[in-house]
Amino acid sequence: MPKRTDISHVLVIGSGPILIGQAAEFDYSGTQACRVLRSEGLRVSLVNSNPATIMTDPEVADATYIEPLTPEFVERVIAKERPDALLATLGGQTALNIAIGLYENGTLQRYGVRLIGADVDAINRGEDRQMFKDIVRSIGADAPRSRVCSTVEEALETAAEVGYPVVIRPSFTMGGLGSGFATDEPMLRRMASHGLADSPVHTVLVEESVLGWKEYELELMRDRSDNVVVICSIENVDAMGVHTGDSVTVAPAMTLTDVEYQRMRDVGIAVLREVGVDTGGCNIQFAVNPADGRLVVIEMNPRVSRSSALASKATGFPIAKIAAKLAIGYTLDEITNDITGVTPASFEPALDYVVVKIPRFAFEKFPGADPRLTTTMKSVGEVMAMGRNFPEALGKAMRSTETKVAGFWTGQPDGRSAAELLEALRTPVDGRLYTAEAALAAGSTVEQVAEASGFDPWFVDQVALVREVAAEVRDAPALTPELLRRAKRHGLSDRQVAALRPELAGEDGVRSLRWRLGIRPVFKTVDTCAAEFAARTPYHYSSYDEETEVEPREKPAVLILGSGPNRIGQGIEFDYSCVHAVMALQDAGYEAVMVNCNPETVSTDYDTADRLYFEPLTFEDVLEVVEAERAAGPVAGVVCTLGGQTPLGLAQRLKDAGVPVLGTSPEAIDDAEDRGAFSRVLADAGLLAPKHGTATTFAEAREIAAGIGYPVLVRPSYVLGGRGMEIVYDDATLEAYIAKATDVSPAHPVLVDRFLEDAVEIDVDALYDGAELYLGGVMEHIEEAGIHSGDSACALPPITLGSADLAGIRTATEALAARIGVRGLMNVQYALKDDVLYVLEANPRASRTVPFVSKATAVQLAKAAARIAVGESIADLRAAGVLPATGDGTDLPEDAPIAVKEAVLPFHRFRTVEGHGVDTVLSPEMKSTGEVMGLDDGFGTAFAKSQAAAYGSLPTSGAVFVSVANRDKRAAVFPVKRLADLGFRVLATAGTARVLRRNGVACEVVGKYSEGPGNVVERIQAGDVDIVVNTPFGSPGNSGPRLDGYEIRTAAVAAGIPCITTVQGLAAAVQGIEALLRGGLGVRSLQEVHAGLAAALAPRP
Amino acid sequence: MTEAILVLEDGRTFRGEAYGTVGTTVGEAVFATGMTGYQETLTDPSYAGQIVTMTAPHVGNTGVNGEDDESRRMWVAGFVVRDPARRPANWRATGSLDDELRAQGVVGISGIDTRALTRHLRERGAMRAGISSETTDADALLARVRAAEGMVGADLAPQVSTPEPYVVPAVGDKRFTIAALDLGIKTATPRHLAELGVETHVLPSTATAADLLEHGPDGVFLSNGPGDPAAADYAVAAVRGVLDAGRPLFGICFGNQILGRALGLGTYKLRFGHRGLNQPVLDRVSGTVRVTSHNHGFAVDAPLDRATGTPYGRVEVSHVGLNDDVVEGLRLLDAPAFSVQFHPESAAGPHDAAPLFGRFVDLMESVRDGGPAVSPATTVEHSSGERA
Repeated sequence: MPKRTDISHVLVIGSGPILIGQAAEFDYSGTQACRVLRSEGLRVSLVNSNPATIMTDPEVADATYIEPLTPEFVERVIAKERPDALLATLGGQTALNIAIGLYENGTLQRYGVRLIGADVDAINRGEDRQMFKDIVRSIGADAPRSRVCSTVEEALETAAEVGYPVVIRPSFTMGGLGSGFATDEPMLRRMASHGLADSPVHTVLVEESVLGWKEYELELMRDRSDNVVVICSIENVDAMGVHTGDSVTVAPAMTLTDVEYQRMRDVGIAVLREVGVDTGGCNIQFAVNPADGRLVVIEMNPRVSRSSALASKATGFPIAKIAAKLAIGYTLDEITNDITGVTPASFEPALDYVVVKIPRFAFEKFPGADPRLTTTMKSVGEVMAMGRNFPEALGKAMRSTETKVAGFWTGQPDGRSAAELLEALRTPVDGRLYTAEAALAAGSTVEQVAEASGFDPWFVDQVALVREVAAEVRDAPALTPELLRRAKRHGLSDRQVAALRPELAGEDGVRSLRWRLGIRPVFKTVDTCAAEFAARTPYHYSSYDEETEVEPREKPAVLILGSGPNRIGQGIEFDYSCVHAVMALQDAGYEAVMVNCNPETVSTDYDTADRLYFEPLTFEDVLEVVEAERAAGPVAGVVCTLGGQTPLGLAQRLKDAGVPVLGTSPEAIDDAEDRGAFSRVLADAGLLAPKHGTATTFAEAREIAAGIGYPVLVRPSYVLGGRGMEIVYDDATLEAYIAKATDVSPAHPVLVDRFLEDAVEIDVDALYDGAELYLGGVMEHIEEAGIHSGDSACALPPITLGSADLAGIRTATEALAARIGVRGLMNVQYALKDDVLYVLEANPRASRTVPFVSKATAVQLAKAAARIAVGESIADLRAAGVLPATGDGTDLPEDAPIAVKEAVLPFHRFRTVEGHGVDTVLSPEMKSTGEVMGLDDGFGTAFAKSQAAAYGSLPTSGAVFVSVANRDKRAAVFPVKRLADLGFRVLATAGTARVLRRNGVACEVVGKYSEGPGNVVERIQAGDVDIVVNTPFGSPGNSGPRLDGYEIRTAAVAAGIPCITTVQGLAAAVQGIEALLRGGLGVRSLQEVHAGLAAALAPRP
Repeated sequence: MTEAILVLEDGRTFRGEAYGTVGTTVGEAVFATGMTGYQETLTDPSYAGQIVTMTAPHVGNTGVNGEDDESRRMWVAGFVVRDPARRPANWRATGSLDDELRAQGVVGISGIDTRALTRHLRERGAMRAGISSETTDADALLARVRAAEGMVGADLAPQVSTPEPYVVPAVGDKRFTIAALDLGIKTATPRHLAELGVETHVLPSTATAADLLEHGPDGVFLSNGPGDPAAADYAVAAVRGVLDAGRPLFGICFGNQILGRALGLGTYKLRFGHRGLNQPVLDRVSGTVRVTSHNHGFAVDAPLDRATGTPYGRVEVSHVGLNDDVVEGLRLLDAPAFSVQFHPESAAGPHDAAPLFGRFVDLMESVRDGGPAVSPATTVEHSSGERA
């Protein structure tokens, strides 16, 4: 069946900011979809509020709207663009929910827009838990016993029927938000009430527990001729009870016979047909009772999901791309398999390797958050690794996660007894495989470990096998070539071997021995067909096997090192820069070779770079890729400065190993990171930094603090995303901080800086080629200095800085770039206090804000950086059209639109062990998972859009609750008065109310949380409050004002109302509310905005 | 651990470890890409005489059980895997695969680069090979390999066929009785038929047309099996007798090739064959694509674009393999006979094509009720699913 002829213009909805449970994988799928649709000659319009995506690059769609993903804004886009079809199955749950909203409010019908990919009935059948269960039963399959409940009482009745423990799953939420296990009535009561609130339709499913059963997923695709194929089976190592996003998973399934697998496949296909997903991908989850094989269907996603991204990378079958083709009418047999180039897409991939995915968590960012893994997803990223067997893939995946340990035996030995370890295994937490290994080491049997952990005995036995190999390595009189090869075939890194054989002089010693013995990995190809047909796509993974498949090449290659697993502080923004580098280097005539291990990204799409190596970003693994590519042809060098801290940390060692490192030199990178060296750079450049010192003990720290005066900012050296930063106001807190920071040592000192209160923080992204500076963009933070720049909202162009300020910033940036020796991108953070510019930090690498700046200014900074890395100058790039012919990011026209970046925070996903929310206060430690951009003519409207995109619209009427710290009271008066003038009722705590009343603002006094009944928390829960303003004060602890603030803020987050924690944020919100009240927030495509900027910047005659 | 070697007839040698029985074996080296179903594969008579390389690295994870065998024993000439399981992990497992291979005398090798071997076979074709865990002298083994018979011209069906007839009763009410010519039949086939109310009388491969028709069956079934169809003239003769009698006829795999030869079509050896559970086949009548289980080294030679005249009327290609346009099914337009090259009984593999058994039942019903004595459904020419 050929392409549909009744569609010419498709609107694609993206997934918005990166959240837990909905991350970069939707950039990958959305980008693929847009490209496919355009290559089919269709006009593509796109809405996505997330600027850090490749899909919102202006070249990807015909009209790109970086606008809030709400039905209201999408309707405005539809009214303007008038598409005839809407594709919402590639933008996660967000897109699907918007599509349903637009269908239900009649927008789609009014504008004659058809939903393609899945219709609303199918979406509802797939997502409505009861309807879905009825479908499962109607096809003769089994599902856990359950009931959909709309009250807590109903939930309790159901639990009484099916017996505790029960699972609670709110309807229509993503990433398992709000779901979990309840073992008794009080627990169920609490979880059901949270779940009912989390569900947009206010229902929860209460069902029979299948805790501890084996968990599987199938990824399926269907076309409109009813052809169905299974792309991939995935088996979870963690049994039922841990969200699949938080589970270690393996593809293909390892412990099913054909009889059981085919039964699962039959049920999956029958469910897909009965739900009626017309075309495209879907994901179905199953549980299997390990005792008797009873198979039950758990749930389905009638759309492309995180698992489909994983399945695409795991198999080489591009699910999103094919889904987009199916949506416009093609059938699977009409689509060619890209990898073989000759066989059709109507087949099922066969794997001759094993894929392991390990989630990456960020519990260290949320002190107090319950680390137990449940059915609510908590991980912030993941890694994938491939090997020719499970141990090899597992070893690679474990060292890809970039946690403190890099596989077994690389951390401190676990001193616990076998009994303690087995007990620990019963509670799912991050890193249980390490515990399993420790339990085996302590003498537990495979059966005991399997029973305690719920891992299939086969997986435990594989860990036991790795242990046995390690024991051979450790105990052999000499490390023979055979033994070393055996170790490598079982996934042991050089670092692990070194840990087992201390006499080998560490990892470098092991490597030189290994190289001398000629024990090197080969590179195999992901080909979808287990080598049955030749693959023409160089998508490789390493293995200690016999035959390599890397083809020779003639063009010089540049390797681009990616950013590894997404984590807080290092996310999709860095992947964006890497992908841009690939494009820029290809344009410049190089063969771009990508190395990365994150399956959620565009960079690991097999058709992004010329060659893709899906490998851990460790020194050993990267060096082997470099060597393999050197054997294949000329290698110009490696780019380490675009993927964040991960590749940056490898730069010096690669250079020392003789690998050309392109761009800013590793020595320069080190200068910027090393406190002493950086101080000298600043002194040379005549620049100021806040007074500071370096301490390794509390006594030293106290002395420094006394010298520079409180408040001080304390943090460990060498961090990304502000790990462990705090603002400290007194000696007692400082002492507590030092005591808590267990890793403090002379090698890892604590930095103590003067904290500049009430300073304006400024972020700058600039390019430098050794001679010329291109100031890409100057961003003014909305929150004052002290909030991590990644969590702070910011505006570009800067809204309050004058031309003298900008000139000062330019001079300072140029001086820094020249003295550090930057060749490419640099990010500088400044604080401006009392007209004095302080340098807070300078990082000679691509920053998190590069995509935001690029989109706001219409200049692709990462592309320019990649070209500078291979030797081109800014003048060359101006001539080549990569950079504007004249001017730079500070020469934006007076009427340029304002872009506001707002961070998105994951607080609502975490709870403490007791089940309470975690605190939502912003601090120098970065906590946001993603960002959105609001783009409009003025600051107020742009800010209002950014809030709508991040949290939902600001209220335009109702009640504002205000409780601010003493130091903020004066500054809060004016904006609160303005809200009162706009018609808001004002509620305030006694102290704040007193100040407000004296200044003529009428307000109602509301009790603090600690003040008993009728307090503010109860008022928030009752829905009496529409916006909360609460700035934190007091020291962190469990009592007093700090705790009051905590309860207020968590209540606001739970109620889903805006919670503003800084006075600056309040002022911005007031401007946003004013803009909303003026009405008429329009939408404008990025292409229109960029055309306007280009016209303004064009050289005038 | 015991060393083992695998030597291909062109001299390429792989060194690994012994797996299963320690010994020496020769056969035709082929690769199978299924990720599940090794127990079914090992006991599938169609693999007789072949050294089977599993492209999936981990084999043996679910052990063996008493339920999934496809015949009375393992038939492969040798077994090549990368990473054998050290223990079975499945609630149905009754033993380990390693033990079972030893018990049944199957010589294997593990720990070699099975992907390199597969790529070699893909490029150069299936070829004779030997495995030995008794000698590491590659030259000596190569001489034995080169002295062995190849698959072309091999008549293997009689070696795997049942020595005595037996009956598989229908499940529930018996609606039809058929005679099945056992050229290497898998147990899944009569099981599928039984569930549709068919009683299957399984006869040895040497059965004549008269034997097959002796008790007046409603239909005749031609099973899968090993070897070169060109060497099975006895089966071709039996099929011609069945066609002469106008009895409904359905063939699978080797049975498809035998039907083709009975109709006067040729058969030929594929370079490396189809052995996997993921093969897309277009049903040209319905226009749908089925993911099917394959195990064939030979194929029927017939024009895809038109019906061909035969002594039994016109025959058309009803199914085509989409990977390489190989004939995957035949259908007589003027007589009640059809066949497929793939495995609707699956085991191992997807069940997508299982409705073909229903099509056979419908055909028998139609003939019994005096309806048109031709294969069901419209012709390819009239279908909407025709491919250019």
